[in-house]
Amino acid sequence: MIPGSTFLIAAIFGVIVATTLGGALLAVLSTRIIRSVTGLALCCVGLAGLYYFLGSPFLALMEILIYVGAVCVTIIFGVMLSEPDEPEPRALRGRELAWGIAASLVSAAVLLGGVRLAGRWAAPVSDFARLSAGGPARADGSVTAIGVSLLTTYSLPFELISLVLLVAILGALVIARGGRSRQ
Amino acid sequence: MTLPLHAQAGVYFAIAAFLLAAGIYGLIRRRTFIGMLISGEIIFSAAALNVMTLNRFVAPDPSVGQIFVLFIMGLAAAEVAIALSIIIAVYRNYRSIHSKEVSELEG
Repeated sequence: MIPGSTFLIAAIFGVIVATTLGGALLAVLSTRIIRSVTGLALCCVGLAGLYYFLGSPFLALMEILIYVGAVCVTIIFGVMLSEPDEPEPRALRGRELAWGIAASLVSAAVLLGGVRLAGRWAAPVSDFARLSAGGPARADGSVTAIGVSLLTTYSLPFELISLVLLVAILGALVIARGGRSRQ
Repeated sequence: MTLPLHAQAGVYFAIAAFLLAAGIYGLIRRRTFIGMLISGEIIFSAAALNVMTLNRFVAPDPSVGQIFVLFIMGLAAAEVAIALSIIIAVYRNYRSIHSKEVSELEG
């Protein structure tokens, strides 16, 4: 093992988590809508990193391809076609603020008191360490395994989702075209 | 010996819970339809992150969760396409996509 790699991995993980959380906050809190689209893109890049840490580089790629490449670009087109100027949020009144603080205190108490995140959720032995020690390869979540089970076990949902996408494309075209006057 | 942070399920669950909370907050607070759509996407991502965490730490077959998350992504893409076309249709009729001003039903 390379010396210092533990620290490096921890630093990369921290950057990824900060990207995810910061992107989500930017997406939710900013008043300009184009900034919150940018926040969504940042959040999705961070999520791709989290998927990579969860042992699925394929999903990380798909996340960037679909969310950053398709969804955010489509939302930006929607922003350009309309005028989504968000009005300034009005200030909270005293009663609302009091209720909000009370609700967050109660839920924090419930969470901290009732839910314990520690326990049996330990990670399995890292595949890399096991494989480099000469152990047998498990039924892994590789791209090959995903492809095989998509076309055998999950072939019906696979076909159904292609149907859903087709219907969504046609429906989007019909809805967005309707009502446009012929010049 | 304690595990590093990226090998603990609780960290991922906490991130997913934060994303869910942020998404719900945005869904309530936003006053344009596109902002609400963005918050909905964050909620979707929180669900997908939960599924992937469980897939990594408890599932016997590690490809099931990835396929599930792929389906979530496909459905989210379809939902965005439909929602944006509805938003554009609403904007063409009302000249506005603020959720307060679109308050009249017509066939």
